[in-house]
Amino acid sequence: MDLATLLPFIVNVIVGGLVLGFVYAIIALGYTMVYGVLQLINFAHSEVFITGAVVGFEVFRVLQNSELNGYLKLLLALVAAMIVSGLLNVLIERLAYRPLRNAPRLVPLITAIGVSLILQDVLRVIEGLQGRFDLTYTLPAGFSDKFCAAEGSSCAPLGNFLRTIGVDVQLKDVILVVVALVSLTALNYVVNRTRLGKAIRAVAQDRVTAGLMGIDSNLMISATFLIGGALGGISGVLFGMKFGTVNAYSGFDPGIIAFTAAVLGGIGSIPGAVLGGLLLGVIQNLIGVMNIFGNLMGSANLGTIDASYQRIGAFLVLVLILIFKPTGLLGKSNVEKV
Amino acid sequence: MTAVNPAGPAPRRPVVRPDRTVLLLLVFIITSGLLLVSHNRAVLGNMGSLGTLLLNPIVEALVVSLFLANVLFAYMWKAANWAKLIVGVGSLLFVLPLAGRADSSLLDLSIQIMIFAALALGLNIVVGLAGLLDLGYVAFFAVGAYTWSIFASPRFGEILRYYGENAGATGAGTLAIGLVLVAVTAGSMLYIRGLHARLATTRLSTWSFGLAGFGLVAGIVLVGRSLLVLASGSAAAVAGGIDPSFFWLFLALSIMTAALVGVLIGLPVLKLKGDYLAIITLGLGEVIRVLANNLSLYTAGSQGITPIGSASVPWFNSFAAALGFRQDQFYLLFLYALVLIVIAVILLVNVRLDRSRIGRAWIAIRDDEIAAQAMGVPLMQTKLIAFATGASFAGVMGMIFAAKQTFISPESFNLLQSIGVLSMVILGGMGSFSGVILGAAVVTLLNLRILPGLGEASANVPWIPQQANPGQLQRLIFGSILVAMMLLRPEGLLPNKRRTRELHSEHDQEDESGEGNASGLNAGGDVYSAGMATIKENDRPGGSK
Repeated sequence: MDLATLLPFIVNVIVGGLVLGFVYAIIALGYTMVYGVLQLINFAHSEVFITGAVVGFEVFRVLQNSELNGYLKLLLALVAAMIVSGLLNVLIERLAYRPLRNAPRLVPLITAIGVSLILQDVLRVIEGLQGRFDLTYTLPAGFSDKFCAAEGSSCAPLGNFLRTIGVDVQLKDVILVVVALVSLTALNYVVNRTRLGKAIRAVAQDRVTAGLMGIDSNLMISATFLIGGALGGISGVLFGMKFGTVNAYSGFDPGIIAFTAAVLGGIGSIPGAVLGGLLLGVIQNLIGVMNIFGNLMGSANLGTIDASYQRIGAFLVLVLILIFKPTGLLGKSNVEKV
Repeated sequence: MTAVNPAGPAPRRPVVRPDRTVLLLLVFIITSGLLLVSHNRAVLGNMGSLGTLLLNPIVEALVVSLFLANVLFAYMWKAANWAKLIVGVGSLLFVLPLAGRADSSLLDLSIQIMIFAALALGLNIVVGLAGLLDLGYVAFFAVGAYTWSIFASPRFGEILRYYGENAGATGAGTLAIGLVLVAVTAGSMLYIRGLHARLATTRLSTWSFGLAGFGLVAGIVLVGRSLLVLASGSAAAVAGGIDPSFFWLFLALSIMTAALVGVLIGLPVLKLKGDYLAIITLGLGEVIRVLANNLSLYTAGSQGITPIGSASVPWFNSFAAALGFRQDQFYLLFLYALVLIVIAVILLVNVRLDRSRIGRAWIAIRDDEIAAQAMGVPLMQTKLIAFATGASFAGVMGMIFAAKQTFISPESFNLLQSIGVLSMVILGGMGSFSGVILGAAVVTLLNLRILPGLGEASANVPWIPQQANPGQLQRLIFGSILVAMMLLRPEGLLPNKRRTRELHSEHDQEDESGEGNASGLNAGGDVYSAGMATIKENDRPGGSK
């Protein structure tokens, strides 16, 4: 295979990986926010995020035949998913994590696994009662079209540029990246520029001292879970848009990958989560591509790389980071004492 | 933080419990009778409406649970030792097989319960004693299962045939190269190891040790491959699997393989702890499942391996025949007996380990890794032993599971299974052997009898939709067990005493040692109060289980 056909191919893979990476990045933020404040890995986050995806599906389904603008439908879906996922996350914290706040570390972790299993079945039953299991997104018209495909459209220079380098991007991919960037900016603003963010950071640093300074740490932890859940809702809708189909159990894989992303970037660090998400998106797409390479090059050995190895890839990345740089790329190390 | 309990330790009064020998025997007789009757269709047929009621899956599940509760009562109640012995031995060795003769599914269920009990005991060592949350535990179960199934099924013949057709280099030449490679690399590893013992470790020596390790693996692969090529001539001879009498050899092999895999997985990941360890083990468990799914030549991929043979024990078969068992039940009865012996051995190993140096080191690590290390507990080594011990239990049970099911596929070893075993450990009580066995029995009964029974019963009830059928709510049940136990009773149903104190005291370690010192002035041995707890536990004359 010559370079002229290979190059656009690689560029496509990387662009696709970055788009995917933005979805992972926002899921990873949900993990990282909670971890930063409570030092708890919220195993249930993958279900919170799938709940967002389900809500998004329902909104798109209900609005399927309405005359609303496609972007308005998306906005409605996002807002509904944010509210439901955010409240769900707050509820989980209140019922399952708060009573265990002073228990040994293993205890809330096991609870989190339990909550995640419960939510999976609840979601399955709720959707199953209406005879559905695999939820296929019905996106507004035009969302799945090629971005700037039409000659002489309003985005002509960009479209021409994309054509020359041979990149295929759908409109929904562009929307996805824009939504992700907007929510990242908003999160960054809230955490770093507002009183709420300041209080959350104070609680994250030292819950007791923050309490002495007049910060209601329970409220702030709830707020963190609300924000984390809302981000989960957004990422759920984006994930549904990107992959087209979700079901009650499909939170596991992206959840693990996003967790890996959070660890890769340094868990507890917001820019780290984004960096890790983008890196893992690209890595995952590259692993998936090896299969195609194998077929193109006619090598029997490369051809055996199956899609399920993508998951192994994420795990191996996780093992390697945790062994060689457990603090992650942008994380701070903390010294542990007896 | 060093707050000695101001009120002083509560005086420990011996709990006086009423003697229940008569009650125990009565319950045993009634429930045994119920079990025997309810699994005998000939008798049920003559009983009219009562017979139909007993055939109801929910009632049947209830009867089985009641019967199994006997063994628990024998363990817990204060009663004469001979009564406990009669109930324990009678239930497990006579009544259960007898009822199983009329209904094979009962034998199957009891084997399943004991397999899970052994798994839970193994995981209990890892999670309950050493405090390492392992979410990929079922991987070792898979290793044991595949170790036997590949050889005891037509798979082995097919692998040999494949190597016969794709020999590559000549078998003998590859064998020679492989053997030389193994000898050289193993020798150099030993040499570097010796150097490390005498001189300081350098970066270079560490790297060369690792390199030699890679060479060793490559050598072993070459040797294995060439052996397969050399043996490919006998592909037709093993078309139906190897000789069943290799079962006993493989019983040992599966233990070793699983323990080896435990060490191999443990070596890189055991530096981590808590949440990270949990997620990494979860990942490695998935990796093993994905490998089983994709290495189609060896594992038949997602189709699974079948039929898997079991040991042939002629004298046992004639013994079973003399007892009136049907031909197709022989292997079940054999596995039932085997699994009883294995679980007895596992229990014995558990109790001995718990009271040994290693057991105390595990508990020290669980309570505070850094403090334990400062006290001279070799962290890595101790954790690896925990991992390998737990894995070996899972390995042997995996093999028995494969022999019982005669079919395995990667789906038998998914994450839900790992979490199921974890929920058994947590339900019963982390660190408590009797509790863990109880947890395994309850969860297995729930999964295999009660939930399907409820599902069957509710299938025709119009207001329960099919999607919410209780038979399919396994995740919900596991999840609820985990959450409810953690919130309401984190020490489990039959708690380990020390663990209870830990979870219910405001200040964890300091408080406890303060208590220990106050209660006995010559409290030299009280630092490891785990030993104390087990002795206490042992004071109760236990039943046969």
